[in-house]
Amino acid sequence: MGKHVLLIEDEPNISEAIRFILTRDGFRVSCHHQGRDALDVVRAEQPDALILDAMLPGRNGYDILRDLRAEPATAALPVLMLTARGQGRDRELAEAAGASGFMAKPFSNAEVLASVRALLGQT
Amino acid sequence: MPFNLLVLACLAYVAFLFTVAFVADRRAEAGTLPWLSSPLVYTLSLSVYCTAWTFYGAVGYAARSGLEFVTIYLGPTLVFIGWWVVLRKLVRIAKTQRVTSIADLISSRYGKSSLLGVVVTLICVTAATPYIALQLQSVALSFSVFASDTPDGWHLPDRDTTALWVAGGLALFTILFGTRNLDANEQHHGVVTAIAVEAVVKLVALVAVGVFVVWIVADGPADIVTRIDASRLAGWELVPGRWAGLIFLSAAAILTLPRMFQVLVVENADERHLSTASWAFPLYLAAMSLFVVPIAVVGLEVLPDGSNPDLFVLTLPLALDQGGLAMLAFLGGFSSATSMVIVAAIALATMVSNHVVMPLILAFGERKGTEPGDLRRVVLLARRLSIAGVMALGYGYYTLTGGSGALAATGLIAFVGVAQILPAMLGALFWRGATRTGAMLGLGTGFGLWLYTLYLPSFGQGAVIAAHVFEGGLFGLGWLRPEALFGISGMDPLLHALFWSLAVNTLLFVGGSLLTFPSPMERLQGARFVQAFDQSGPAPGWSRGQAEPEDLLVMAQRILGEDVALAFFQANARAQGKDGYLPDITPAFMNDLERRLSGSIGAAAAHAMIAQIAGGASVSVEDLMAVANETAQIMEYSARLEAQQDELTRTARQLREANDKLTQLSVQKDAFLSQISHELRTPMTSIRAFSEIMMDEDVPPELCARYAGIIHDEAIRLTRLLDDLLDLSVLESGTVQLTLRTASLRDMLDRALQAAGSTRPERDFALHRDGQAEQVTVSSDIDRLTQVFINIISNARKYCDAEAPALRIVVRRKGDQVQVDFIDNGSGIPKPSQALIFEKFARLTDSAKAGGAGLGLAICREIMQNLGGSIAYLPGQGGAAFRVVFPATLVLPIGGPA
Repeated sequence: MGKHVLLIEDEPNISEAIRFILTRDGFRVSCHHQGRDALDVVRAEQPDALILDAMLPGRNGYDILRDLRAEPATAALPVLMLTARGQGRDRELAEAAGASGFMAKPFSNAEVLASVRALLGQT
Repeated sequence: MPFNLLVLACLAYVAFLFTVAFVADRRAEAGTLPWLSSPLVYTLSLSVYCTAWTFYGAVGYAARSGLEFVTIYLGPTLVFIGWWVVLRKLVRIAKTQRVTSIADLISSRYGKSSLLGVVVTLICVTAATPYIALQLQSVALSFSVFASDTPDGWHLPDRDTTALWVAGGLALFTILFGTRNLDANEQHHGVVTAIAVEAVVKLVALVAVGVFVVWIVADGPADIVTRIDASRLAGWELVPGRWAGLIFLSAAAILTLPRMFQVLVVENADERHLSTASWAFPLYLAAMSLFVVPIAVVGLEVLPDGSNPDLFVLTLPLALDQGGLAMLAFLGGFSSATSMVIVAAIALATMVSNHVVMPLILAFGERKGTEPGDLRRVVLLARRLSIAGVMALGYGYYTLTGGSGALAATGLIAFVGVAQILPAMLGALFWRGATRTGAMLGLGTGFGLWLYTLYLPSFGQGAVIAAHVFEGGLFGLGWLRPEALFGISGMDPLLHALFWSLAVNTLLFVGGSLLTFPSPMERLQGARFVQAFDQSGPAPGWSRGQAEPEDLLVMAQRILGEDVALAFFQANARAQGKDGYLPDITPAFMNDLERRLSGSIGAAAAHAMIAQIAGGASVSVEDLMAVANETAQIMEYSARLEAQQDELTRTARQLREANDKLTQLSVQKDAFLSQISHELRTPMTSIRAFSEIMMDEDVPPELCARYAGIIHDEAIRLTRLLDDLLDLSVLESGTVQLTLRTASLRDMLDRALQAAGSTRPERDFALHRDGQAEQVTVSSDIDRLTQVFINIISNARKYCDAEAPALRIVVRRKGDQVQVDFIDNGSGIPKPSQALIFEKFARLTDSAKAGGAGLGLAICREIMQNLGGSIAYLPGQGGAAFRVVFPATLVLPIGGPA
């Protein structure tokens, strides 16, 4: 059984693409599409890793990440942040909020795969 | 003629003059004397220039020196014809400045200097005294020639007694009519009218004697010419220097003689009278001089050798037994003498009382600051005493000199004396740079030189100046001989005195003025005088001892600033119910002004300044004006600094605002670019990810087809985003090309509904329309307008969350405006978001549902603005509701977007 990766992303096409890539590589992928109840979903699913979009309807990714880091259960959860703005400032924001990795859209599939593997200690 | 009859005739004549003066005064008071203020009376009154000296003396002059007597008439003629502009300026200034005498004029112009007033008064009195004596002498002389002992044993009184009686009578007349009231203008209608009557009498008398001589004694003009050729007058030769000097002298005298100033300037009722006088007075002078030579020639022929030629006018008719004509001639001479004495006495008394007696009374009088009525009585008394004093001086001079000397010589000496005032007077009128110091130096020195070189020597060698001074000069210095200054001897004494006194006078006046700096008061008065014609309306008056609103205003303007002071005065004038900007000087106003000034210069200084102008303080007005000037300069400087400070503050604020705006714009631009970046990168991410997946070999074909479909859709989404951005950019920049067409609103809505049907086509919308109301013909950019409708309907299809979605379209016509409402039955837009929906990228839901970049409504808003209409969200309609308003017929502004 592969590691469980939770993907929170509002663009259905992007979600589908990432889910395909990771599933093909043996990960178990579950998806969520908005930010409002993201914390509850994380708590309920207890994934091994989290891919989090920065801009989500309802609540933005940075706020969600800060809350996750504040909870002991998820303080060490590997989190890869995605952003479509692609500016240096976004990377800083992500790191400050406690992201384990950062990736700008558009990305290459190989990069996503490598990042998730690295987060989960796989090579 | 028995002297008692002559006395009776004289008394009758005087009584007639009294009546004329009395009636004229009464009429003038009643204001029913139009001819009194006529140019004719004015011109006739100017004939006081022709005194007994002219009446009797001209004939004597002609008998002694030939045609030279004409110079005395030529000077005034030249002034009146060529220089009447000067006269007009004099009159204008005298009226606006309320000048009462020539001393007043000079004093007023040079900073209201009291010392100058005294000096000019002194010059005038000194010069006029022998002149008045001369008139007394001529009356006494003619009386003694004409009268004889009465048959019943009354003896003819001696000349001194006659002169005394005449002086007393004239003093009485002058006091009665010259000081009847204290008019601010110092005008004496009665006296002027009497003088005009006397002018007629003397002209008629002289012409009558002349006609008698030419046509009765001789055989007409031709015979007279023959007699002139035969007489010693024919051998007379012209002395150019003396002619020029005498013409200049008499020209100066007509301007500076106190009595001429009185009738010419002070008694002038209307400036326009001058233009009549400018030709009529020279005519009068010509008529007066016409028969002088014939009378002189015939007199020399007919009368025995040794007869006094000064009395030919009288003695010639007497010798030829023409009693009536002699009587007329006597009255003519009497008129000439009395009119001169009366006017001179009035003019001199005004000067003496205003510049000498009144200051003394005010300075040493115990009752300072008493009520005005008291002061009035004091002034009248001073005036009357002054008249008596001037008469007494004249009579005293007459008895002292024993009535010796030729008539004409005494007159010329007086002319040179008053001519000393000429430089200061012309400077007063035409030269702003003339200063009090210059005037003082010139007048003082000229006066001294005149006394030393002409006036005192006229008493005879050894009389006042010792004989050895004439020989060896003052202090034994040869160049100080009175009649040969600086060693220039052999000159005519009169010309010598005229040349030196006026030359040094003018030199010192000009030099002194150039070397000294005028005080503020002098500058102020200088400007008022020199620019007399530039001032419109009544110029600020001239005051003596009491506060004038003008003076207070000038002072206040220096302290408060021109506009503030003027506004303050105007407000007070209005409060008193007066027009204009000068209020009455009431105690309340003075208190207000003092309080106001205290705010600027402190209470003590304000009090001192007002006290000074109101009279009775020891600080000089000039000093205070200087202080005020300096204060004003400092205040102006600080005001300028303040203004600069304000300017700097304003600039700083503007810069800060501009900076804020730029920062805001920069933030907006960053946010916009960031938004665009996000909107572009999102579809690109899908495209890249799926295309990379499809590049791998192990993807099942059915998935490949699906992923290719996604890539296609996202590519279209990208294109639409770019189209929207370009559209918005064009609309916002105002360079959009509008295509005007005409279409039916119903057709447009049909088309829009059809086009929007592609959005979520699976949902069936209920439509509510009113076909009747939609029958509106629209002339506008039909495609753009339809684009707005499509956007709104698409939004409704996208976002309406009702179970059974419905859309109501309501069309209303309001004048030339068309209003279209789109109302659905969904939950609508939450209140906080209603303000945001028209902003760029203001998508409220997730992008998947919207399927656009969030530019739709922003574009709609721009389109409606370009079409002269508007789009707005209508709250409280149950569902989402948009209202579009636009003109049924769009008229593009000329020069608007092409």
